[in-house]
Amino acid sequence: MTKTILIVDDEPNIVISLEFLLERDGWRVQIARDGQEALEAIEREPPALVLLDVMLPRLSGYDVCQRIRERPAWRSVRVLMLTAKGREVEMAKGLALGADGYVTKPFSTGELLARIRALLGEP
Amino acid sequence: MTGARRRYLLLFGAALLVVGGAVAALAFALWSDLDGAERATLQALVGQHATLLLLTALLVAAALGGLARVVDARWPGTAAKLAEQARLMHTVNPAHRLAEDAGAAELRVLAHEVNAIAAAHEAARADVQTRVAAAGQRLAQESGRLAALMAELPQAVLVCNAEGRILLYNARAARLLNDDSDGGDDTPVVGLGRSVYGLLDRALIDHALQRVAQRLGEEAAHFVALRAGAWLRARLVPVLNAQERLDGFVLMLDDVTRSVLADGARERLLRQLTEESRAGLANIRAAAEALQRHPDIDDTRRQRFTDVIGEEARRLSERLDAAQAPAPLRAPWPLEDMRAADLAQALHTGLAAAGVQAHVEAPMEPATWLSVDSHGLVRALTRFVVGRGLPAPTLGIAADAGHALLTLRWPGATPSERDDAVLDEVLARHGGEWWCVHDAAAGSSRLCVQLPLAEAAPGAALHNRPVYYDFDLFHQPGQTPELDARRLSELAYTVFDTETTGLDPGAGDEIISIGALRIVNGRLLENEHFSRLVDPRRPVSQVSQQVHGITPQMLAGQPGIEQVLPAFHRFAEDTVLVAHNAAFDMRFLQLKEAATGVRFEQPVLDTLLLSALVHPGHADAEHRLEAIADRLGVPVVARHTALGDAMVTGQVLLKMIPLLAQRGILTLGQARDASRKTVYATLDY
Repeated sequence: MTKTILIVDDEPNIVISLEFLLERDGWRVQIARDGQEALEAIEREPPALVLLDVMLPRLSGYDVCQRIRERPAWRSVRVLMLTAKGREVEMAKGLALGADGYVTKPFSTGELLARIRALLGEP
Repeated sequence: MTGARRRYLLLFGAALLVVGGAVAALAFALWSDLDGAERATLQALVGQHATLLLLTALLVAAALGGLARVVDARWPGTAAKLAEQARLMHTVNPAHRLAEDAGAAELRVLAHEVNAIAAAHEAARADVQTRVAAAGQRLAQESGRLAALMAELPQAVLVCNAEGRILLYNARAARLLNDDSDGGDDTPVVGLGRSVYGLLDRALIDHALQRVAQRLGEEAAHFVALRAGAWLRARLVPVLNAQERLDGFVLMLDDVTRSVLADGARERLLRQLTEESRAGLANIRAAAEALQRHPDIDDTRRQRFTDVIGEEARRLSERLDAAQAPAPLRAPWPLEDMRAADLAQALHTGLAAAGVQAHVEAPMEPATWLSVDSHGLVRALTRFVVGRGLPAPTLGIAADAGHALLTLRWPGATPSERDDAVLDEVLARHGGEWWCVHDAAAGSSRLCVQLPLAEAAPGAALHNRPVYYDFDLFHQPGQTPELDARRLSELAYTVFDTETTGLDPGAGDEIISIGALRIVNGRLLENEHFSRLVDPRRPVSQVSQQVHGITPQMLAGQPGIEQVLPAFHRFAEDTVLVAHNAAFDMRFLQLKEAATGVRFEQPVLDTLLLSALVHPGHADAEHRLEAIADRLGVPVVARHTALGDAMVTGQVLLKMIPLLAQRGILTLGQARDASRKTVYATLDY
């Protein structure tokens, strides 16, 4: 079965590109527009990986990451933070809260895809 | 009736009584011895010569009166007069003296002695008065200078006693603090005897005092206070009494509103711009890369990606335009430099005040300096812990990459209420983040707070409070060739030490480090030190590397001796040079005279030789710097660094000066003569 990736971002202009690129790379893609929606989506069907923006309406990316890590059932879910908050303290916080990686915008999509493959293997 | 007349009458009466009594007693004895016939004969005889007898009695009385007058004048009368004059001397006129030519000889001698005492007393009194006047004048001069200094300071200065009452302030402080921009009444709030707590938040001052108390005797605490819309940066310096207890404090205030607002606005703008640009660029880049990577894309999608690129590019341009417009100002909070351990201690104290006995994790890296608003931070964290009823936490601070991580750890779960707007706001000021997580494996929870590290450890090298000025310097006559006659205790010295590539200057060994400090008016000025490394342009021997720890890598790129020695010469100008085993160091300096063009012509003292004068019985080894320092109770710091050794040498010299005085060596000339005569002076390098 194809592995699922959940994109959590409230900016449609990044979602459209990521969705297209990930699908072309062979992944199944789901989309959530804010933190609350993301948790509901994971509840319905835990994805293999969450691409998580930090600045989200309702529940921040940090909160979502922490909630994911607090649920033993979701231990296998990988979390890649994808954010415009590029300072070292923000990265340290993301990683301290259990993210598997922290990617600062803007990023190379090629490298992002490679990183996802490194975390998940083949789709 | 005057006292003198009464005394005379008394004396006369007494004389009359004695003589009359004696005559009466004689007459009675004679009468009782006579028989009847004889008595009759005597009666007739007395009757016949009654007039004569009466006249004789009157004559005797008159003679007695005259005698009484003479006696009175010579003894009681003179004594009374002397007493009166003596009273005059010790009350109204100390210059008055007793008459030494009246009365009996004994009284004249007494008067003379009293006069001698009076003269001595008057001289002593005059001396005291002269001294008091001189001291008063000096005090007036010093306060005059202090007033001039304070008036010229660009900072506002307040001197307060331990209760916070203002003892002294300068005009700038009055201007800064009385300036009430809110309008309203213009009653001055700065005034002698008024409480400083009416001007600045007491909690801030208490917090700063607590922090200096934690490391008493060391520098100052900083804090920032908001007053009438202005940001005041305050530096608090404790004033200690002779018992090292807090006697009061000095506050120096700067209005930093303008720079704070400008800095804060710039930083916020920059961060906002960066984050927004990052997101926009990510969108453009992802869309562009999607188009590049998949040229086979259908037209609808291609159109959508092109739209994304166009729209994001336009938004970025708009953002840049907006960034140039002046942004509305909201003041951030300026941060102070603080040691990590001190912050932990401050937090511990804050929690204890709220009834929570936290435990501070030891040891903490002492060299970690943070840039924090400690007051705000302690308050927010205390509120977090107390407000949520958390168990007593363990505090720890560790340096992380680029920042420090403060952790509060407690057994059990995280609180249900994890958000905290106050902590958010405080951490936003620090540009840090915070979070609260549960560690299931350890069964404990952690509150993690990121804090920025200070850019450089401030003032870490200084151990004592620096002495920045000394009013006695104004009385220092210029250093002249008459130095030899001057007392050791009042000379200015440069104590120095050198580290070298090896021990033989004749064989080409070179200086690689010079450290020096000055002693002025009996004080080692630790904050005015000279400390330079010198590129020797030759290898450093392994042996000496082991002694001083200076490696060739540290010396590469350092200035050469021809640059450093003139600088040292200027530093040591007009002072007596002092070194331990000075002959060794002087030899190196002298060999460089030709190359550098500077000559060290001032007198030199050697603590090694002076030690031999002070403790002549000791063996050679006991005149090593460590041994002397140990004997004199001087703490040894940073041995075998030039500056560290110079510091020890300086303290040793200061301890030796009184010991030399006990041996009659008071002046520079005496010290140099005596040094010359010690056996050590024959040692030659």
